[in-house]
Amino acid sequence: MAGVAAWLPFARAAAIGWMPVANLPMPVAPNQKNKRQDELIILNVSGRRFQTWRNTLDRYPDTLLGSSEKEFFYNEETHEYFFDRDSEMFRSVLNFYRTGKLHYPRSECISAYDEELAFFGIIPEIIGDCCYEEYKDRKRENAERLQDDLEDNKDKKPPNMTCRETMWRAFENPHTSTMALVFYYVTGFFIAISVITNVVETVPCGTSTHQKEVPCGERYTVAFFCMDTACVMIFTVEYLMRLFAAPSRYRFMRSVMSIIDVVAILPYYIGLVMTDNEDVSGAFVTLRVFRVFRIFKFSRHSQGLRILGYTLKSCASELGFLLFSLTMAIIIFATVMFYAEKGSSSSKFTSIPASFWYTIVTMTTLGYGDMVPKTIAGKIFGSICSLSGVLVIALPVPVIVSNFSRIYHQNQRADKRRAQKMQKARLARIRISKTGSSSGFLHSKRNGLFNDPLELTGSIEDEQQLSKSTSLLESQHHHLLHCLEKTTNHEFVNEQCYQQSYLEAGQNYQSQSPSLSSQEGMTGTCCTRRSKKRHSPLPNSSVPSGALMHPLVHPHTHQHALQELSTIHIQPHTTSRSSLNMRLEEQHPLNCQSGGKVTTAIISIPTPPAANSPEGDAQPPAVPAHHQNIVKVSAL
Amino acid sequence: GGALETWEVEGLQTVGILLVVCSSLKLMHFLGLIDLSSPDSIEDDFELSTVCHRPESMDKLQEQTKFTKKELQVLYRGFKNECPSGVVNEENFKTIYSQFFPQGDSSMYAHFLFEAFDTDKNGSVSFEDFVFGLSIILRGTINDRLNWAFNLYDLNKDGCITKEEMLDIMKSIYDMMGKCTYPNMQDEAPREHVENFFQKMDRNKDGVVTIEEFIESCQKDENIMQSMQLFDNVI
Repeated sequence: MAGVAAWLPFARAAAIGWMPVANLPMPVAPNQKNKRQDELIILNVSGRRFQTWRNTLDRYPDTLLGSSEKEFFYNEETHEYFFDRDSEMFRSVLNFYRTGKLHYPRSECISAYDEELAFFGIIPEIIGDCCYEEYKDRKRENAERLQDDLEDNKDKKPPNMTCRETMWRAFENPHTSTMALVFYYVTGFFIAISVITNVVETVPCGTSTHQKEVPCGERYTVAFFCMDTACVMIFTVEYLMRLFAAPSRYRFMRSVMSIIDVVAILPYYIGLVMTDNEDVSGAFVTLRVFRVFRIFKFSRHSQGLRILGYTLKSCASELGFLLFSLTMAIIIFATVMFYAEKGSSSSKFTSIPASFWYTIVTMTTLGYGDMVPKTIAGKIFGSICSLSGVLVIALPVPVIVSNFSRIYHQNQRADKRRAQKMQKARLARIRISKTGSSSGFLHSKRNGLFNDPLELTGSIEDEQQLSKSTSLLESQHHHLLHCLEKTTNHEFVNEQCYQQSYLEAGQNYQSQSPSLSSQEGMTGTCCTRRSKKRHSPLPNSSVPSGALMHPLVHPHTHQHALQELSTIHIQPHTTSRSSLNMRLEEQHPLNCQSGGKVTTAIISIPTPPAANSPEGDAQPPAVPAHHQNIVKVSAL
Repeated sequence: GGALETWEVEGLQTVGILLVVCSSLKLMHFLGLIDLSSPDSIEDDFELSTVCHRPESMDKLQEQTKFTKKELQVLYRGFKNECPSGVVNEENFKTIYSQFFPQGDSSMYAHFLFEAFDTDKNGSVSFEDFVFGLSIILRGTINDRLNWAFNLYDLNKDGCITKEEMLDIMKSIYDMMGKCTYPNMQDEAPREHVENFFQKMDRNKDGVVTIEEFIESCQKDENIMQSMQLFDNVI
């Protein structure tokens, strides 16, 4: 409707034809008090200026540009609407208002385009028919890719899986553990053995006492029976284990693979039950045919087989078409050939169904030669039959092939991504770039930017110099993280520090020493405060910068400190004692320089250089409280 | 017995041979070796229907109609947006008009409108036709408007409206309402309405309404006069 909004005056004018014939008075026309002249508005998208009539945008009032929402983006100084978005994609958005049709630009990424549409409040469903198919295809591809990624991430083992879940996981992904891999190969081996046994069983094996060739199966009955029993035993055990481990037993039992498993082992059991009954031995022999289904069990081991099966399933309609057209052609040609060959004597074409065989053999260009037309008409139609056979079969095949190729390449891509090496390197790189921001925070802390004491003790120039190096955004972010630290009484450290401390914690667990911490290093790579806090299992990080919150341990094991296990150096991290902080601060450079202050006291509280241990002891009432919060003695 | 069979066989033989001959001829035609098409068939893949029409200059239009420059600009922009080629043909016209009446079938009324707008009877409405018509309806005097309406009703342009013409017009107007109305649309409604109309308009009861009768009767009717004033503020 919006495209013809400009024709509304015409439609209203055309109503003149109704007036003279109307019997009732007409309603009052709407008031046009607020009608203002149509004006141009400027839309500045990342510097590129678009201009359009206001009326054009008003055509779709439930989008961002058509409603009052765009006022949020109005720039008073330049009298334009500024959007910090992609200007290329904005073109198609604006064209939608102008023409009423939304097009999808093929050169754009599908998720970026979706984001733009969501931002401007346009639903993607109204993409015009010309572009809709392409859009849907790309969207589907993207979704599949995301799905693959998601499945890859699931490979990470979640903690605390029950035995059942572990088993199921082992069955589904053999490469997760060595046991699973062993199981995988063993079952594969036994499937192969079973299939080979079935095959060899029928090979004639020399003459027996009856002067007649007998198949090996009858000659070495016991051996083959043992082999069969062993295989079936393995398969049964495997099936039962899978059944036990399956998350949804009912669904598992209905799945194709489990049906194949059952069909593979059932004949054996049925045979066991029925060996003595002569009447059904014929049926029993037929059942042995089903043993060949064991070969389908290989599809768990071979991805290619699975892909083939999946392709056939997805090309069901093409296969159906092929079958249908072939059937039609067979019937037509069989009928024609039958009537053509009716006249000739000793003709093999005794009936139409008999001609089916000839038609099939000819259309698939097999040409066994057991039935050949003899009349001229028969030969003509026979040649037409073979030519058309080639065509009919060749038509659906490319569709199936392309489907197979697409699915195969998708799987290849998924495999490539799953390749451990690439994944690990890529993730490591991503992690490094992400921790860049958190390391910025820690770096600033080292420089002691936020510490109040610095303002008191440090010189003004130093402070200014330091503050220049961080932008306003960064400093605000760091302040935020600092507030969090203060709130939770924990501090941020980087991973290296944490891992070392974790190792340490493991080492010192047995020592049962009241508490310990280690010294910071002499070098500038001092980590942050160093008391041992309560060790909790790795808490998940929820801080946006991606920094992990660790219990604080001072990691850099200075060579002196560790040796002296009897000496412990604690510098508690207090939350509000600025005086204490000050003392700490003074202590801090001191420690760095001296490289490991060793005191004889078990617990030493940093004291101002003038005061010594006595004063430290005098402080206990206040400090131990903090200690209790901060330092859980020996609870590592 | 035997004779029938030989006939069958020979018949099939003939059929087979004919089939082969025809298909080979078709194949040769397809490959371009021979030309089997009849001399009359002209292969015109593209109809040169992209007629482009430019309207007269805005100054001239301004003189000829009673619109201001700005109004002409707005009208032309809307017109050109829907009809980039500069002219509207009847199909397009019907499509555009039907967008305003999604419930009913406005094609008949649109057809009558098209006839009324297409003053030079060339099968297409150019911007000039469009604007002239609108000028009369929106900016003309009451008499002008009534004249235009009469012109719309008079389908064969013979100067008088017969009952059949009026019935066609009435049916087309009622069609625009569609099926879902309250009260339910009776089949007799247009006819009754036409009877009413003729009772009001036909002074001398001769079964047709002439232009004078029409204008006279309309001027006497308060409702009609009032409704004519609606068009002053459309643009």
